[in-house]
Amino acid sequence: MIPTPDLSHLSRKDYDDVYEPAEDTFVLLDALEQEAPKLKSLNPAVCLEIGSGSGCVSAFLSRVLEPLVVLHLCTDINPIAARCTVSTGLQNKVSLNAMISDLASPLSFRLHGKVDVILFNPPYVPTWSEEADEAQERHGIAGSWAGGLSGMEVTDRFLKTVDQLLSPQGVFYLVAIKENNVPELRSGMQSRFQLQSEIVLQRRAGREHLYTIKFFR
Amino acid sequence: MVRLITHNLLACHAKGCTSNNFPLQLKDVQLEQREAEFNPDFLRRFMPKLDWGALVDTARQLGDDSLPLEQPEMFDDDFLRKLHHVLLEVSVEEGAMVCPNCSHIYPISNGIPNMLLAENEIG
Repeated sequence: MIPTPDLSHLSRKDYDDVYEPAEDTFVLLDALEQEAPKLKSLNPAVCLEIGSGSGCVSAFLSRVLEPLVVLHLCTDINPIAARCTVSTGLQNKVSLNAMISDLASPLSFRLHGKVDVILFNPPYVPTWSEEADEAQERHGIAGSWAGGLSGMEVTDRFLKTVDQLLSPQGVFYLVAIKENNVPELRSGMQSRFQLQSEIVLQRRAGREHLYTIKFFR
Repeated sequence: MVRLITHNLLACHAKGCTSNNFPLQLKDVQLEQREAEFNPDFLRRFMPKLDWGALVDTARQLGDDSLPLEQPEMFDDDFLRKLHHVLLEVSVEEGAMVCPNCSHIYPISNGIPNMLLAENEIG
């Protein structure tokens, strides 16, 4: 079993501004661990995490891929999260290349068809549309969970760009909850982009029914 | 820690800025050299993703002319060590990246680039 990355350098104060790893994070970590042999066999070079927050997931991915070394690119719209991502990389002896960015916007020009592994634990909680918009504009912690209608407004913006980013053998792991309408989400990616998918892991945690979905060509 | 490997993947994404928007020009930079573990296997895997011309131009602007203008066909150890240094050991801690087309400025502070746009600049 691969241990959860060391986050002892982060404090309560950091978690006032940055999402603290919780059950949804672990659904993604456990899925990645389960997928380890397949991920390594892809021989990836470039991994991209959207909304990296504490940096826990990318730090974990680097352990999953060992001894393979990859480039970890991490974006977050929250400047404090970008800083935490970098410090979590240092704490766990992996270079996490963080940037303050909305989704993958500044990378899409150069990384067209070049990203081997994409990870996204999005703001998936259904809220009013305005609440999600405002959360994204404020670049704070609410942006890590407020998802707008069906909890899909931020995710949907990213889903439109996934196909352009993925390398021919690339894979994309997305965290979702039941309220996101997982069957519709999957069939939408199939019909719009011919991306296949499978549910790698699903688990009930309190009121949430969580999924990690993998998309691939 | 904006290393040149990351710089090589960033382009201006302001509204309507779709040509001559890469590579971003480094300006007023404070550089740091940080040793990284040499991994020729990673470099070989990464080569197909690299924009060679942009890397060489940027390195030369920073005063490093160790890489040839033309990408070599064979990657020998000597070449890979030079590439390793330029890509992974030179990092920008402070400064800015400026779009050669629309002059948009992306600041770098504490080694983290801020790639956000104002609302009216989003495409």
